Amino acid sequence: MNRSRRLKLRIFRIVVLLLMGAFFLLPIGAMLEFSTRGNSVISPRTLDAWVLIAQTPGLVKGIVTSLQLAVITSLGMLALLLPTMVWVRLRLPQISRIVEFICLLPLTVPAIALVVGLKPLYIWININVTPSVLALSFAYLILVLPYSYRSLDAGLAAIDLKTLSEAARSLGAGWITVMWRIVIPNMPSAILNAGLLSVALVLGEYTVASLLNFQNLQVEVAYVGLTNAPTSTAVAVGALVLAFVLLMVLTLVGGRLQQQNYIPGQRA
Amino acid sequence: MGSETARGHAGVEVRMEQLSRRYGPVVALNELTLTMAPGELVALLGPSGCGKTTALRLVAGLEEANSGRVVFGGKDVTGLPASKRDVGMVFQAYSLFPHMTALQNVAFGLTLRRKTADERRRRAGEMLELVGLSGFADRYASQLSGGQQQRVALARALAIEPTVLLLDEPLSALDAKVRSRLRDEIRRVQLDVGITTLFVTHDQEEALAIADRVGVMQSGHLEQLGPPTEIYARPATPFVAEFVGLTNRLPGEVKNGAVEVRGARLPLVQPDAPQGPAIALVRPEAVSLATDGAMSDGPLVGTVIAVAFLGATSRVTVDLGDLTVIAQMPTSTAASTPAGTRVRLDLRNDPVLIAREEKASVDA
Amino acid sequence: MTAAGSPALNTAARPTEGGRRLSLSWLGVAPFFVYVGLFLLLPTAIVVVGSMTAPGGGFSLTNFAGINKPYMVKAFSLSLSVSAVSAVAGAFFGAVLAYAVVTGNPRGLLRRSIMSASGVLAQFGGVALAFAFIATISTVGFVTVFLKDHGIDIYANGVWLYDAPGITLIYVYFQIPLMVLVFLPALDGIRPQWREATESLGGSTWHYWRYVAGPLLAPAFLGCTLLLFANAFSAYATIAALLTNGGVYVPLQIQALLTSETEQSQPGLAQALAVAMILIVVIVMTLYTLLQRRTTRWLR
Repeated sequence: MNRSRRLKLRIFRIVVLLLMGAFFLLPIGAMLEFSTRGNSVISPRTLDAWVLIAQTPGLVKGIVTSLQLAVITSLGMLALLLPTMVWVRLRLPQISRIVEFICLLPLTVPAIALVVGLKPLYIWININVTPSVLALSFAYLILVLPYSYRSLDAGLAAIDLKTLSEAARSLGAGWITVMWRIVIPNMPSAILNAGLLSVALVLGEYTVASLLNFQNLQVEVAYVGLTNAPTSTAVAVGALVLAFVLLMVLTLVGGRLQQQNYIPGQRA
Repeated sequence: MGSETARGHAGVEVRMEQLSRRYGPVVALNELTLTMAPGELVALLGPSGCGKTTALRLVAGLEEANSGRVVFGGKDVTGLPASKRDVGMVFQAYSLFPHMTALQNVAFGLTLRRKTADERRRRAGEMLELVGLSGFADRYASQLSGGQQQRVALARALAIEPTVLLLDEPLSALDAKVRSRLRDEIRRVQLDVGITTLFVTHDQEEALAIADRVGVMQSGHLEQLGPPTEIYARPATPFVAEFVGLTNRLPGEVKNGAVEVRGARLPLVQPDAPQGPAIALVRPEAVSLATDGAMSDGPLVGTVIAVAFLGATSRVTVDLGDLTVIAQMPTSTAASTPAGTRVRLDLRNDPVLIAREEKASVDA
Repeated sequence: MTAAGSPALNTAARPTEGGRRLSLSWLGVAPFFVYVGLFLLLPTAIVVVGSMTAPGGGFSLTNFAGINKPYMVKAFSLSLSVSAVSAVAGAFFGAVLAYAVVTGNPRGLLRRSIMSASGVLAQFGGVALAFAFIATISTVGFVTVFLKDHGIDIYANGVWLYDAPGITLIYVYFQIPLMVLVFLPALDGIRPQWREATESLGGSTWHYWRYVAGPLLAPAFLGCTLLLFANAFSAYATIAALLTNGGVYVPLQIQALLTSETEQSQPGLAQALAVAMILIVVIVMTLYTLLQRRTTRWLR
């Protein structure tokens, strides 16, 4: 590439990155600004709104609930998906396309549409199984399927599953041993990726929770926001920064390409 | 093979004068000077990082030299970008545009030059015929084998009747069998069209097989430039001797204008080399095996440990205890010294090159 | 082995053995299928069946007639237009940003940070996004106040934050990162050799984009734009958090039906709307998948 073209490209990149950076950092900065405003225009910056988070029982409960949901969903997703995917690869390769189709199906069903069908189901669950908010994990597991599947699929494709499992089985290992000691240790970044994506999704989920009348983090944030906007904004920006830090850690540790992240209606 | 119209320019002289290219502190090319005669095929040979690809890209105009000139037939093109230099280029991989058929790929340069559809079809068809792929005009890159893709790339480069043809390791990504067939194809086409060609490779067999002259490069400069026979038989430097063909490294000592190696005294290519310990570089063809005479333990007596059958010739590996030597001879001769035979080495009395340092072998 | 009866015994044993092994394999995937059947296929079936169930029972399509009402048509046209505009804007700016990213160091900190940030922002919970924009350009927002102090009143002609222009702008905020995530791999697939080949054949930058890079990236760009459209169309949380009085968007209509006490009067309408949404998204996603296949064939 000759010099003038290289220069033009550099200018282009600097301009684009600066403008975009400003566009995207502005609302985040505004959230920080908003959540640290004093009582009047001339008051100094204050962290009162942030401190209030711990004193607002609804928010604390929402944080705890969502964290619990995130853990349950991620672990449940791994427990359900990983053995199934390993099994299909080894024993039933002919249905791998069906399994893939099903796992990517939630991408085509908007969450707002799905929740219409979930409502009667959850009325039944509420009465016959448990009224606890943690029952939301059932639905969340479905929502995280596409990203988890893609991540785990990439991880499984990278190891020679057939050879490894056959070697282990010939040495006398049972299936649980194979999963625990052979499969999982050999795909740490894929599992971590799938887990963190699930956590991020669950922490940011609003649609299903609110329409099923559960109180998770986002529902509480919206509710508290009606009366105490600064504190709600503090929670929102805090969760955002946390998620960013988590993902940066993931890219530095995992080192794999980011998966495409998309689900209709789930995020916004 | 090849019509009159296939002959583009009747070959143009290409000169590189003191070409230099730096990347920060790293000198990729150090004042390379090389003149290519009209219609000549020059191969630049060397390990990765030696500057051969840099030289090619400077001739192509894909990169700018820090100093020096590139001259096509008397015209200084140094300041021109690649799109104005009229060069034809074949890359190592990803040569073809994936969304175009073979014919469209070949015709692409003509499309840019606003030729009519008829002209394009005719010329592109001619070029495909030249490389032997007439029936593949409507295939896409994904439907062609690696060798076929490179042939289409060659046709595409030649379709615009360029001044010079530049090939950047075109065979490196292909299977061995395809490689040898395709390199002969490339040579055939090049001779047919009569175009001055620069061919870059790290495979010395390729370079020696098809080039009119070979330039061996290391660390940004030219170690030797000459016909393949000269490069092989009379290497100018230890690097060339070890990079091209096999070499035995025999420790010895330089004394009085010759090198003494394990009891044998061999003349030197450079008789005024300083005295002292040195490593004599001896070609396998210069080593012969004797099974008669003194077989007791001498410095040149050892046991055959392997015989490698290479067709007309064979390579015999002899273990001298502290050293392994490779000898090359007609297979019929090698038959008399199978593995396990005790032999004495005879070193032919040709002048040899010497190396001084005990460095590790050069990567080929 | 030699007795006449034994071969019959041996052959009788085999089908059972094979059958048992086969059914055991299927047992291994049973949990997955049961779970997915219960929590994905069943709700979807409930929605589809419910949409075609008349108020008194029995098959009927009258629920879909509810879509024909003026306010519902308005909801659909608004949802579709906001989705389309935000998709096109997000695709354009996202492609530009992706190009700026991909021309840098592939392993550099800049690229990795931007990809992480895109991953987070594309998933940015709608509630947080609503708050962010309230904090930024609502009537008491940071930017609004700043501009007012400098004599510029962006709401001189009325507050547009909660109308289509405002919603579109907010959607663009997560459309651009999503575009970066899904379009960048296609850009990565463009080989430098194609640019250099074009140059050596005499082509300029314009020729390169017109004949090579443009046609190669067109399917990916179009496909990603469709993806962005489906994304915006299905979005719920942002508008739910922003338009607390309800609003004329399809997802909010569903919300109103699900939370109203008078739901008894139109039980199937919510399901009809849901089916309509699913249909639209399925069509768009099918087109997206077909375009993706073309892209991966060329730019793997």
